[in-house]
Amino acid sequence: MSDAVLRVKDLQTQFQSRAGALKAVNGVSFEVGRGRILGLVGESGSGKSVTGYSILGLIEPPGRIAGGEVLLNGKDLTRLKGEAIRQVRGAQIAMVFQDPMMTLNPVLKIGTQMIAAVRAHDRVSRKAARARARDALAKVGIPSPEERLDAYPHQLSGGMRQRVAIAIALLHSPAVIIADEPTTALDVSIQGQILAEVRRLADETGTAFVWITHDLAVVSSLADDICVMYAGKVVESGPAAEVIASPRHPYTAGLLASVPAEHEPGTKLPQVPGSTPALANLPPGCAFAPRCAKAGPACTTTPPVQTFEDGRTALCHYPIEPVSCQPHSLTSNTYRSAS
Amino acid sequence: MSSSSALPLPAETSWSRVSNFWSDFRQSPVAVAALIVVVVVVLMAVLAPFVTPQDPYNQEALDLFDARLEPGEVGSGGYVHWLGTDAAGRDIFSAILYGLRTSLIVGVMAGTLALVLGTTVGLVAAYYGGRIEALIMRVIDLQLSLPAILLALVLVAMLGQGLMQLVAALVAAQYAYFARTTHGAASAERRKDYIEAALSTPLPARHVLFRHLLPNALPPLIVVATVQVANSIALEATLSFLGLGLPITQPSLGSLISNGFQFLLSGRYWISIYPGIALMLTVVAINLVGDQVRNVLNPRRSR
Amino acid sequence: MPAALLDVEHVSKRFVKHPNLGERIAGLLGAGPKAETVRAVTNVSLTVAKGEVVGLVGESGCGKSTLGRMIAGIYTPSDGKILFDRAPVAKSQGRRTQKLTTRVQMIHQDPFASLNPRIRIGDTVAEGPVAHGIVKPREADAYVADLLGRVGLDPGYRRRFPHQFSGGQRQRIAIARALAMKPDLLVLDEPVASLDVSIQAQVLNLFMDLRRDLDLTGIFISHDLGVVRHVSDRVAIMYLGRIVEMAPTSELYASPNHPYTRALFESVPRIGVGRKDFRPIAGEIPSPLHPPSGCHFHPRCPFAGPRCKREAPALTAIAPGRSSACHLNTGGTE
Repeated sequence: MSDAVLRVKDLQTQFQSRAGALKAVNGVSFEVGRGRILGLVGESGSGKSVTGYSILGLIEPPGRIAGGEVLLNGKDLTRLKGEAIRQVRGAQIAMVFQDPMMTLNPVLKIGTQMIAAVRAHDRVSRKAARARARDALAKVGIPSPEERLDAYPHQLSGGMRQRVAIAIALLHSPAVIIADEPTTALDVSIQGQILAEVRRLADETGTAFVWITHDLAVVSSLADDICVMYAGKVVESGPAAEVIASPRHPYTAGLLASVPAEHEPGTKLPQVPGSTPALANLPPGCAFAPRCAKAGPACTTTPPVQTFEDGRTALCHYPIEPVSCQPHSLTSNTYRSAS
Repeated sequence: MSSSSALPLPAETSWSRVSNFWSDFRQSPVAVAALIVVVVVVLMAVLAPFVTPQDPYNQEALDLFDARLEPGEVGSGGYVHWLGTDAAGRDIFSAILYGLRTSLIVGVMAGTLALVLGTTVGLVAAYYGGRIEALIMRVIDLQLSLPAILLALVLVAMLGQGLMQLVAALVAAQYAYFARTTHGAASAERRKDYIEAALSTPLPARHVLFRHLLPNALPPLIVVATVQVANSIALEATLSFLGLGLPITQPSLGSLISNGFQFLLSGRYWISIYPGIALMLTVVAINLVGDQVRNVLNPRRSR
Repeated sequence: MPAALLDVEHVSKRFVKHPNLGERIAGLLGAGPKAETVRAVTNVSLTVAKGEVVGLVGESGCGKSTLGRMIAGIYTPSDGKILFDRAPVAKSQGRRTQKLTTRVQMIHQDPFASLNPRIRIGDTVAEGPVAHGIVKPREADAYVADLLGRVGLDPGYRRRFPHQFSGGQRQRIAIARALAMKPDLLVLDEPVASLDVSIQAQVLNLFMDLRRDLDLTGIFISHDLGVVRHVSDRVAIMYLGRIVEMAPTSELYASPNHPYTRALFESVPRIGVGRKDFRPIAGEIPSPLHPPSGCHFHPRCPFAGPRCKREAPALTAIAPGRSSACHLNTGGTE
């Protein structure tokens, strides 16, 4: 993909601790094209959120970016310091957090905050800034945006606040928005609304999204591409539909298989044994090997990145052979609506 | 079911908690120095009879010819009065150590008793809630709005002089701080799921109170307790200085300062100044230790 | 149908937020807030047979957790009664609730919050049964070791503290603590919601094994339709304090009746469907402080008519064992 707006190359983020340097992100690479949504999937401790924070330069001591590049339209963000990175942040790349109150100030009106956010990067009149804020709110599907500008964050529901946070991220039409578990705390019906808006925004505005989540179902319905992370590394990547239809890494396969909706009710669920290893205490070679059913003698050595057709990769000695049948079918178990 | 492999973790002992606490504590050199001062002060106070040349309680041993000797002079006892003597011929160094004993005993006793009383009151308020809580906490608020010294003065005036009366006055003046701290910490804990789990088991009330609420409300209390011991010492010194505390025959640091106050302007500074320095060192050192304990126990500290 | 083990009869729960002293003074001057009432649960009836697992599903504010806490004896109902084996689960004692039975136990959502961080896990599991004489103090250690083994933990870990365990392991400890009371009914409040996907399957398998081995009855509260479908025999869908639909699991998922149930199913993202057009439910979830008139769902319902604004639909039988609260089933919305 030559038209990638964001290209992360061999990113390394470490945290100093008593036990030595913890490699929270250990050589992560991926790229996102214009208007595309990349699902960055992983469980707790996989390093997916730290990757997001690293891209924006939001890592604070005892953490540091120890290596690699974050190229935003060809410019390496890891080399920018202080004011330079602040100029980029919010204007060319923005972040949406799980808790919208990380973005919103509880004592200021939505309008006041959004106007300040506009004028932080653009020299425009308050009136023009307010108009832009109103348009941004309308763009994320907030009804009667003019009135919402005069509301305080606590007067809005959780879903509305998250929409406002996304609207603030959109104010400067950034090339990329990094979203860290933005719908995890929301109700299913509200999550559905926001996912629909984000898909539309990506298609219409050309903004690229990195959607960080633990929820495979969300990624499956939203993302174009997928990166599965485990213990600080990308273990599998590729187009979302294909990775989900036929995972090549045993970890991805295990995750997909353990989702209850895919099984006959009451039956034993296939489970990934054990739990995520502590970063301070990673097994040698492949970090997933102790939990892996396919593990073999080679797994005590660092696995190679295997590349397959369609730009798919898997970090594994013994990748799963592709299944040749139709994309993952749900015919027997789909929730069917009577309507 | 056999598939859950636990993380290979070492079993945690209370010793490893102590060693963790210590390695966090010593991050601040000032606090370590303060801790050394506290330890030395306590040791000297405990060992006073063995390290002092004179027993200031023993009126017979005092010699009026030795009155108001300057620091460094040799008195009739044949030993050097490193910090001088007072108007009755007391060796100031000896008097300070004995005074420290009294001050520390009063401070620790008052601090501990206030801790026990205040914690119980605060826990009961947080656990039972409703009217009981409202009543207790309004009384506490009322009391906290009065200066502790004023309350202590009134109580000492009512109860009369003496060690026990003084401790009683200090406890009454200070338990409210503990009650409020406990109440705050316990109210926060009260809303947590593990308390709900204990109540829905159901566990008996005293179990919930003393096994679940109290230990989790303890860390802020340890900090308040250290600071309150220092406050008790200072408060006792103030009362004694005002002549309402302990008599000079049973010297505390406060009464020693008071004792030399009249000579301060006649150039005999040592009678007041050295006990004053001892008091200041003790109180400041305890407070510094308390500060660092708070930093270490604060779960939100960045680490 | 076997005899009901749990009987929830016309239960409501209101939480009243009383103004504090300052607000009351402001109120005397005509400016303060009034006492506000949250109707968390309104007129809910439910029976659970022995050995049955009933799923409670709904979004935030629907009252599923409040209902679960009333069944677990943490709250007492404002109206109606909850009978376990024909005796009340808890009684009101002034402002406090006193639980009367140990046979109903609860498992919380967040295993990081539900275990006392300062008590060794063996003691956490043992203290309930010892306090109630289920096991003698002398025998508690062996009892705990056996329970930990049963939930898939190494009994040698019982002298450790909660922070030394992962989320999934802590949830196993919480399950062991509940089982230690030899309960007949477990109330599980989102027991896997805070766990990683790969760990969820482990805990769900454990629950299904235990259910079979110990003949447990369960109330399984969750917002996750897939999880509830997997473990429940019957499902009740709740919206703003009311049950809107109740049916055996397979029938509910095959043909949902209530417009809210249908809309909920359609707005859930699913694996394998690929990039799809969401058909999310329009509008916000109303606040339980000021619920809409009539049918609570009418402002968001595509089928709503004038009757839905006026009149709250009753939960009525639409087929054997199935009921739904919608005017569409009882003469239309006009």
